[in-house]
Amino acid sequence: MELILLLFIFVLAAFLGFELIAKVPSQLHTPLMSGSNAISGITVVGAILAVNTSADSLSTWLGFAAIVLATINVVGGYMVTDRMLGMFKKKK
Amino acid sequence: METFVNLSYIAAAILFVFGIKMLGNASTARRGNTLSSIGMALAVIVTLLGQGLDYKLVLGGLAVGSAIGFVAAKRVQMTGMPELVALFNGFGGLASLLVGWAEYQRAASATLAELNLTAPVNTFTASVIVLAILIGGITFTGSIYAWGKLSGKLGGSALTFPGQKAFNALLALGIIATGVIFSVAPTAELAYPMLIAVIVLALLLGIFAVMPIGGGDMPVVISLLNSCSGLAACAAGFVITNNVLVVAGCLVGASGLILTVIMCKAMNRTLVNVLFSGFGSKTQAAGSQSTGELKPISAADAYYILEAAKNVIVIPGYGMAVAQAQHAVKELAELLENNDCEVRFAIHPVAGRMPGHMNVLLAEADVPYEQLVEMDDVNPTIEMVDVAIVIGANDVVNPAAADDPTSPIYGMPIIEAHKAKTTFCLKRGKGAGFSGLENALFTAPNSRMLYGDAKATVTGLVTQFKDS
Repeated sequence: MELILLLFIFVLAAFLGFELIAKVPSQLHTPLMSGSNAISGITVVGAILAVNTSADSLSTWLGFAAIVLATINVVGGYMVTDRMLGMFKKKK
Repeated sequence: METFVNLSYIAAAILFVFGIKMLGNASTARRGNTLSSIGMALAVIVTLLGQGLDYKLVLGGLAVGSAIGFVAAKRVQMTGMPELVALFNGFGGLASLLVGWAEYQRAASATLAELNLTAPVNTFTASVIVLAILIGGITFTGSIYAWGKLSGKLGGSALTFPGQKAFNALLALGIIATGVIFSVAPTAELAYPMLIAVIVLALLLGIFAVMPIGGGDMPVVISLLNSCSGLAACAAGFVITNNVLVVAGCLVGASGLILTVIMCKAMNRTLVNVLFSGFGSKTQAAGSQSTGELKPISAADAYYILEAAKNVIVIPGYGMAVAQAQHAVKELAELLENNDCEVRFAIHPVAGRMPGHMNVLLAEADVPYEQLVEMDDVNPTIEMVDVAIVIGANDVVNPAAADDPTSPIYGMPIIEAHKAKTTFCLKRGKGAGFSGLENALFTAPNSRMLYGDAKATVTGLVTQFKDS
């Protein structure tokens, strides 16, 4: 049942994603891409859950590597996007 | 506790949705990005409340990752942005691959210890593990390869070899076969080797899929890989049945796909054509050869023409980014305006190496937004333009796209610089551009070539203005 619910969420989120980006000025394509790229680092949540004391050492270390990589994605992605958008803003 | 965590995930998902929505509008974009980062922080913090986490490793990993991300984002030059986004994206993909693998490893080791009552890997879970690994793996190596191309560490042009498509098809078939064998019997002895095979094949496929795609098509590829990293996170969400991963990953996947389609439309090509045509490779016929003569012009002569001009458009391309010429260009534009001349910047949707690349660079140089015009607005009046200055752009001003049916880029909308009264082309040398195509614009009767580094050339023009 839980999987069906997840699939349900997946389908709705897909439509939502398509609708959200209907008309974006080309000026914002880069920030939009790097901003959404940062969101894809959400996999860090999965990585954290994998680093569990009850897990064996290989999966723990796989999870640890995933945490590092996903956090680079998240922190770097948001900061770079903010830097770009800051440049767009200041000349108004 | 479980309920609280899930409610917080819903809040995070709402913040992501609003964040993406607000990123689509210039006045709210920065706040949108902040909102979405708050959503991310919320999701991470409530996850930390979970049971049985190894906090030393978790917090250590978060700290190391944050430090690396922080330094990279602070240090990067605006011109290096496409590479960095590609690199971040690759890391995200690899993280999703590892999450899928770690989950299987955890279940497999529990099975060995006969504790598998709580953690059975059924066929569904196994198949989403394969998906997370497959998409994540392609995203990782594809992005790294794209990073290499963009940063000039690997050759920029498309690389093709005989039988490439067959080879890629074989890789894909191998992934399907091993993936299916693994998914059908995920607890069998054979399963683990099959999983490793999927990982290796997916990593290979990422490299070989991006290899035949030329530098000019990078905006599409970057955007598509971005979409893929979202889908990989989404698949990882199915693996560990976590709703926030599914929602956020899917949002990114869908919005990235839309952006990709927008890019393709700007080039009047289909996604399939971009991915598989080997566009701009050496082995492909480069359309009819242009026969005209290249007419160089000195900076001094160019200055006299510009000095008399009343209407100038600047058409920037990747060459401006490479030469970091945006500040010099801005200075030249100001001098021209003080000389009673109208200056506009014509931005082609796929100029540069990522979507909106030129806008970012010109914003960094403080060019007012009102001076930027889109292709469709500038073309109808281009005959009125006294001087069109093409700075390191090539395909997006190649008239072959409009009038040469044998050209590979035939049908792509271009900025019609060849119709301006005079066209200056700033170019590093006489060779064909990044895409490897001849450009009839450079030999057109009204074209003059300004050879050399774009920044040096523009600075030379600026000096001419100041000295007179």
